[in-house]
Amino acid sequence: MTLVSGWGRFPVVDTDVLRPRSFAAIGDAVAGASGTVARGNGRAYGDAGIGAIRTVAMTGFDRARWFDPVTGRIRLEAGVLLSDLIDTFGPRGFLPFVVPGTRFVSVGGAIAADVHGKNHHCEGGFGRYVDSLLLRTGQGETIEASREQNSDAFFATVGGMGLTGVILEATIRLRPVATGWIRERVVSTSDLDAAMRALDAGDSATYSVAWIDCVARGSELGRSLIYLGEHAGTGELPHGADAFPVGNDPGLAVPVDLPSITLNRYSIRAFNELYYRMGARRAGESHLVSLFPYFFPLDSVGGWNRIYGRRGFLQHQCVIPEHGARDVLGDILERVTKRGDASFLAVLKKLGQGDGILSFPMPGYTLALDFPMRGDVLKFLDEIDRLVVAAGGRLYLAKDARQSRATFEAGYPALQRFKAIRKSLDPAGKIRSKLSQRLFDEVQP
Amino acid sequence: MTSRKTVLVLGGSSDIARATARAFAKAGYDVQLAGRDAAVLEPDAADLRARYNVEASVWTFDVLDTVSFQDFVSGLPVLPDVVISIVGLLGLQESAQSDLDHATTVMRSNYEGPALILGLFAERFLARGTGSIVGVSSVAGDRGRASNYVYGSAKAGFSAFLSGLRARASRGGVHVVTVKPGFVRTRMTEGMKLIGPLTVEAAVVGEAILNAVQRQTDVVYVSNKWRLVMLIIKALPEAIFKKLKF
Repeated sequence: MTLVSGWGRFPVVDTDVLRPRSFAAIGDAVAGASGTVARGNGRAYGDAGIGAIRTVAMTGFDRARWFDPVTGRIRLEAGVLLSDLIDTFGPRGFLPFVVPGTRFVSVGGAIAADVHGKNHHCEGGFGRYVDSLLLRTGQGETIEASREQNSDAFFATVGGMGLTGVILEATIRLRPVATGWIRERVVSTSDLDAAMRALDAGDSATYSVAWIDCVARGSELGRSLIYLGEHAGTGELPHGADAFPVGNDPGLAVPVDLPSITLNRYSIRAFNELYYRMGARRAGESHLVSLFPYFFPLDSVGGWNRIYGRRGFLQHQCVIPEHGARDVLGDILERVTKRGDASFLAVLKKLGQGDGILSFPMPGYTLALDFPMRGDVLKFLDEIDRLVVAAGGRLYLAKDARQSRATFEAGYPALQRFKAIRKSLDPAGKIRSKLSQRLFDEVQP
Repeated sequence: MTSRKTVLVLGGSSDIARATARAFAKAGYDVQLAGRDAAVLEPDAADLRARYNVEASVWTFDVLDTVSFQDFVSGLPVLPDVVISIVGLLGLQESAQSDLDHATTVMRSNYEGPALILGLFAERFLARGTGSIVGVSSVAGDRGRASNYVYGSAKAGFSAFLSGLRARASRGGVHVVTVKPGFVRTRMTEGMKLIGPLTVEAAVVGEAILNAVQRQTDVVYVSNKWRLVMLIIKALPEAIFKKLKF
């Protein structure tokens, strides 16, 4: 047994970790124990990538099968990391359509969590660009699933948190790009209303996201920097610039767990103030930035999860339906600022409709906050959850480590349909993760 | 297309081989992958074609089957510009102490086979007047250790072979690289206790080999820390060394 945790380092649990070298061996691993789930690069924050008993590590499966440079379609093994795709195919003029805030996630993980990026409001999530996938079900079959073929399995697997089986391969569409540069425009806003208006105004931008200063209070509550972005063409690059910038490996890494005292209301306040001012200075005119800092600001600090110390942290990401969102978000932010120890990166963005049955996105606003794991934070987050549920919202499973069954059930009304499909693919219940045990597996006798 | 260079990777299915093939393909080389079971290599060849738009072919090669070596070399449609031997077998020291078959296999896999096949390529390269030969040896060959001297001694022999070959071949325009990777996170070392700061990913080894060929380096310790570690270990007097639990 090995002690394993997600990126948030809570919870830490015991599981067997297997590293199969062939698809047949993956099949054996799944068949051999009741309670297996596949794990990509371990960037899910909580317990989603940890098997109830056994965890199948997929990063060894990192080959491309074929690539069509005309259409940008590619067939991949599920363990290929998005960073690898970007490094390899970026210089050839293709990028993933959708990337989350880190590039160190696997293709299989990106499908299982139906990850969203800064373009979800207009272009949808990762699953939208999956044409088909090869799935090893709990029943022992290997099936190809697409929108036409085995479509139930397809839509349950996109956003299904690995619970329909092990994703072995996928055919996805890449986005043709002329350069690896983003034309960015920063808008600084003085409060939450202005931030939401700016996001609404940014609906036509390909990429939009807001960073909220969650230390600002009173009339400044919700003051934000809105980052809008478009892919830049070759003609926009300064003379002599490389069309495709290099994404450096994390140069600066956090070598050890920082003592939890490092993060306190004073250091967070100072950081937020500085960050806001620096961003506000850049507001207005658009400028070019490399895709790496634009999409993956935290990737430049290796092991940034250690900033939160040994006990780890909790990420709380909810989505609130558009109608009435202003009041609920204001209420949440007020409680968070009053508490004082939250989040040196709070992110607000608009989402569109999700594609999978259990996909997190719904039309509305999503707010992501992180909290050091200490004190009464669990109780505090339960309080926030009640506001989310009352507003008809839900929490993102890829980042969750602690929501209750009731919160989950209220947020995911399609759960019964998902369970029925899962049952048909895996009648004996071979595929189970710590997350599924916590949130919806029927209690085992 | 005729100006494209070709690299031959012997022992093609290992993690280091995969990473090395990727590094060369990324740099524009066509790749010949050779291993015991060519069919197993086909997905890796497809990966190289898809990623880097290069030619990639697979070939059957068994390092223990030395009688087949001449035919193997003659059978390649293109004499490669670079040949890399990544063949190796760690084996089990304890078994090798009493099981002669196992010891023989370890010795032949790490010394006899790699040395003979690279020797054959050296003759062809010298006749042509160009080429690079890369042997992946090991820091374990720098000094015999109680815990793995069967493997280590074979690597020592291989290192000595490469250094002699380098001295001779350099006069004929052929360059020989000795690579000593140290700890690498691969299938071979899975489950072993590795020292974090001294351990590298296979991709780092692949890049280091490509660099060594491009810069004509003679001996590469993949992590420079290893050069220092082995310098110290080599300098220890035997009287002290034999008492160390190492």
